[in-house]
Amino acid sequence: MLTVAQTALELGLVYSLTVLALFLSYSMLNVCDLSTDGCFTLGAAVGAVVAVAGHPGLSLLAAMGVGALSGFVTALLQTKMGINSLLAGIIVNTGLYSVNMAVLGGSPNINMNKTTTVFTAVKGLLADTPLAPFYDIIVGGIAAALVIVILTLFLNTRLGLAIRATGDNPDMVRSSSINPAFTTTVGLCVANAFTGLSGCLLGQMQKSMDVNIGQGVVTIALASLLIGSTVLGRGGIALRAVGMVVGAFIFRLVYGVALRLDMPAFMLKLVSSVIVVLALAIPYLKSQWPVVRRRLTAGREAR
Amino acid sequence: MLDISHISKTFNPGTVNEKKALTDLTLHLDPGEFATIIGSNGAGKSTLFNAICGSFLTDEGSIKLGGADITFMPEYRRARSIGRLYQDPMRGSAPGMTIEENLALAAGSGGWFSHMTAKDRARFRDQLALLDMGLEDRMKQPVGLLSGGQRQALTLLMATVNPPKLLLLDEHTAALDPGTAEKVLKVTREVVERHRITTLMVTHNMHQALELGNRTLMMAAGRIVLDVSGAERAGMTVDDLLSRFRAGTGKALDNDRILLS
Repeated sequence: MLTVAQTALELGLVYSLTVLALFLSYSMLNVCDLSTDGCFTLGAAVGAVVAVAGHPGLSLLAAMGVGALSGFVTALLQTKMGINSLLAGIIVNTGLYSVNMAVLGGSPNINMNKTTTVFTAVKGLLADTPLAPFYDIIVGGIAAALVIVILTLFLNTRLGLAIRATGDNPDMVRSSSINPAFTTTVGLCVANAFTGLSGCLLGQMQKSMDVNIGQGVVTIALASLLIGSTVLGRGGIALRAVGMVVGAFIFRLVYGVALRLDMPAFMLKLVSSVIVVLALAIPYLKSQWPVVRRRLTAGREAR
Repeated sequence: MLDISHISKTFNPGTVNEKKALTDLTLHLDPGEFATIIGSNGAGKSTLFNAICGSFLTDEGSIKLGGADITFMPEYRRARSIGRLYQDPMRGSAPGMTIEENLALAAGSGGWFSHMTAKDRARFRDQLALLDMGLEDRMKQPVGLLSGGQRQALTLLMATVNPPKLLLLDEHTAALDPGTAEKVLKVTREVVERHRITTLMVTHNMHQALELGNRTLMMAAGRIVLDVSGAERAGMTVDDLLSRFRAGTGKALDNDRILLS
């Protein structure tokens, strides 16, 4: 059971960066960024290539850079070319598949068994200390903590407030001195930088990266986000951001337990879809329930 | 302060839905002037405001604000020097953000990466206290919890926290109950007087139109058909205003809300 929890924590921490990215784009900016899958893979691909070339530290920055670039393109399509935001994400996502294959040099995967990654580097530093077995958790934990701190500070700057207002009341922003095209662009760049970093870290943690590594990540992250906002949905930005990490952990924990109970691994995506559907549908169905009940009782009275 | 010269706007030109919303309209406002605007439905009052704010570009003419030509300036850049309140109290503030966050965004002191300081908070607190609605003790609460009147008062504060060159009030008390409307009007008068802001206010209440500010404009068919101020305005009654309107347009005022209030 302890190993299940440990694996859940390792994966949860690394995936939580994508959840935090959606926290910015989906919860704050109110844009459902469907380029997340491709961007996640892009970060993993670029991170892997740079790490294999011998620059593990630089690989993180590179992954964030290309992630931000991908977000910039998505934003450009919706703010300057009048393309619907969902469609913009899908288009970028499709295009990124080719980009990712090109980054990987035409082969669908990269092996990093002998590569120095941030994980192996930290493992080396921690050798002979009691913390040695937990190097994955430590790297993921530091990354998640840094992203939470950066995101919290960022969302409380004037720019961050402007981004939140863009998602919260577009009418207000349109008639205020904030340029919504600018705030949307900045928001998507920052969010996708985190998504890219998330992909990069997952690839390096697993010591291999496949071009399908990002498939379905947006739904998995959305499921974690919705779990997180149920657990810690109220309060300040910092608390809600911590909730995102908690949500990612809970999602992985439930999934890990289900695997232990002999659920086949390929069920992951169906499970995440069902969680998202339930989390989005229950509040709606709840609001409809009084009407349904009224109809049922009215029918009974008529009889 | 505001110089509108010969602006025109036709919507859907060349189609069956063609609508001349503004016709060769010229208006000059001196600094500190507070003018009220009345007119029938579809007279072009809100269209005039939209033209000033830059929701669309005018077909002809020019608009100057504080000496600068803003005819082709994009909406969000004009918004730096123009404050605007709408009839819908939900429109001017972000419900999911707290009162102080909304004010910080509106105050916009410092650069993009500046944080709210204790000094900012103290300033917001003082200004909220002037509204006399107890909002100064609820600064950490989301704006979505406020009533319509409180939200409109907050929006007014947000629009004037950095005094704009021009304040546009588009029937901003029409959706509020009479008591709250009275309170928001009182606050409006105080804020405008305190900062000596040049103001245009659309209203459907004839008494208000004569009482508030120092000039009354009446619009019909995209034109200003009546413009009174000074001694002439001081001696005017609502009946005078109505007969002057008939004389100016050859028609009676056909706004139910005006006639009923």
